[in-house]
Amino acid sequence: MTQFPDHLQYTVEHEWLAEGSPVTFGITQTAAEALGELVYVELPAVGDAVTAGAVCGEVESTKSVSELFSPVTGTVVEVNEAAVDDPALVSSDPYGEGWLLRVDVTETGPLLTAEEYRARVEA
Amino acid sequence: MSEVGTATAADPQRRSPLHAEHVALGAAMTPFAGWSMPLRYSSDLAEHVAVRSAAGLFDLSHMGEIRVTGPDAARALDGALVGHLSAVGVGRARYTMICAPDGGVLDDLVLYRTAPDAYLVVANASNAAVVLDELTARAAGFDATVTDESAGTALVAVQGPRAAAIVASVTAPEDVDAVTALRYYAGLPATVAGVRALVARTGYTGEDGYELFVPAAAAAGLWRTLLGAGAPHGLVPVGLSARDSLRLEAGMPLYGNELDRTTTPYDAGLDRVVRLDKTGPDGAPLDFVGRAALAARAGAQPVRVLIGLRGLGRRAARHGYPVVRSTGAPVDVVGRVTSGAPSPTLGYPVALAYVAPDVAAAGTELAVDVRGRAEPVRVVGLPFYRRPDAVPVPVPVPVPVPDPRQETP
Repeated sequence: MTQFPDHLQYTVEHEWLAEGSPVTFGITQTAAEALGELVYVELPAVGDAVTAGAVCGEVESTKSVSELFSPVTGTVVEVNEAAVDDPALVSSDPYGEGWLLRVDVTETGPLLTAEEYRARVEA
Repeated sequence: MSEVGTATAADPQRRSPLHAEHVALGAAMTPFAGWSMPLRYSSDLAEHVAVRSAAGLFDLSHMGEIRVTGPDAARALDGALVGHLSAVGVGRARYTMICAPDGGVLDDLVLYRTAPDAYLVVANASNAAVVLDELTARAAGFDATVTDESAGTALVAVQGPRAAAIVASVTAPEDVDAVTALRYYAGLPATVAGVRALVARTGYTGEDGYELFVPAAAAAGLWRTLLGAGAPHGLVPVGLSARDSLRLEAGMPLYGNELDRTTTPYDAGLDRVVRLDKTGPDGAPLDFVGRAALAARAGAQPVRVLIGLRGLGRRAARHGYPVVRSTGAPVDVVGRVTSGAPSPTLGYPVALAYVAPDVAAAGTELAVDVRGRAEPVRVVGLPFYRRPDAVPVPVPVPVPVPDPRQETP
């Protein structure tokens, strides 16, 4: 079953975000399943600025490629190198070991609750 | 529940006779050429790797099957298609094409001669209706009957290095030797899993394997038997996603990507399928639809060539992306990618592209505009991947041919 963990927030571009300082985000299980098993993840470097709603990377499977949109504005403080080395982690555990970036946030973009996101993707 | 092979108001997509099997296996289904077909069962990569290392089971029931029979069947097909089909022996298969009068490809086909006066023509799902209509029109005036058998026919493929052992294990004892000895691009009737089938040694993966044509009603039983018999060999069901990455590694064209109505067989480097030299029993040259245009194309200078590209970075070129010169500004577009993906077997991105002849030589360094950033690529020979036990053949040299259109593809 596709999961929509209640403790996370979501974007219409299929990223999830865990509150905190810094925040952590990745792509949702819905996105991971639609893409197929990932073979390549491109992410910004530590220290790079990201902007809410703007492209900050991409995720690629054999079948397709999708841009990664930052849910927040801020500075990247940590990159999940394990996911870069083994993109299959993003497919197998998108909300856990397959997280992508940690960001010091200055501004947060529009976010959905789990309920709102689920309603949107199941519509 | 909708009837097999039939679209309903509630479900506008046609369903394979194996639809319930796919759903039970948990497949992610996708719309494809008007059909609902399995995109993947578990992982694209695992399915791809299984076909290269063990075996995969494919449902290809969306393909069109058209029977052409009668005393004039061979003559009718010689006039309708670009190949020399009257010269194909009974029990043999042939890759061929049906072209428009202007030489554009309407579809690429695999044709099986099942008897002196009977052929089975297999068309892509997206073109099955066009092929049926064209064959029917082109056979008019001949003593030949064109029959659409698509709805009543299921097509199941077993592909991979273990395919021969798996199929043999479920073939009737009296047929095992003939099925095992079947040569590439040959086919014969045999009983497999208790089902009378046309068993063909053909495929679209670059591996050894079989394609089995059976009555739709018998498909589920055959499918389950093959899954069970194949499991100890490592066989898994494989969806359309891995089918596409497998054929791309094998350098095989896909209609809609490398081939379409604006493409001639020559553009795609498939000169060998066009038999301008075909003759009748009396030795007289045979005319066929598209012959004049194709003859003119065969002797002229080319505008574009289909080539292979090896990505030197990690980001893959995809269908429609521009191919550019690797140096020089302003950006000079020299071609366009028709198919591209990260190759699971090779570990680097590969792509097929139409490019200008002056940059088509193997070794030429180019770049592809991958979403705004130039990624370096190198022109390489095709196929990208050849199975280790395959007989080596010379790397095909792209044969340039002209294109009347003004634009670079």
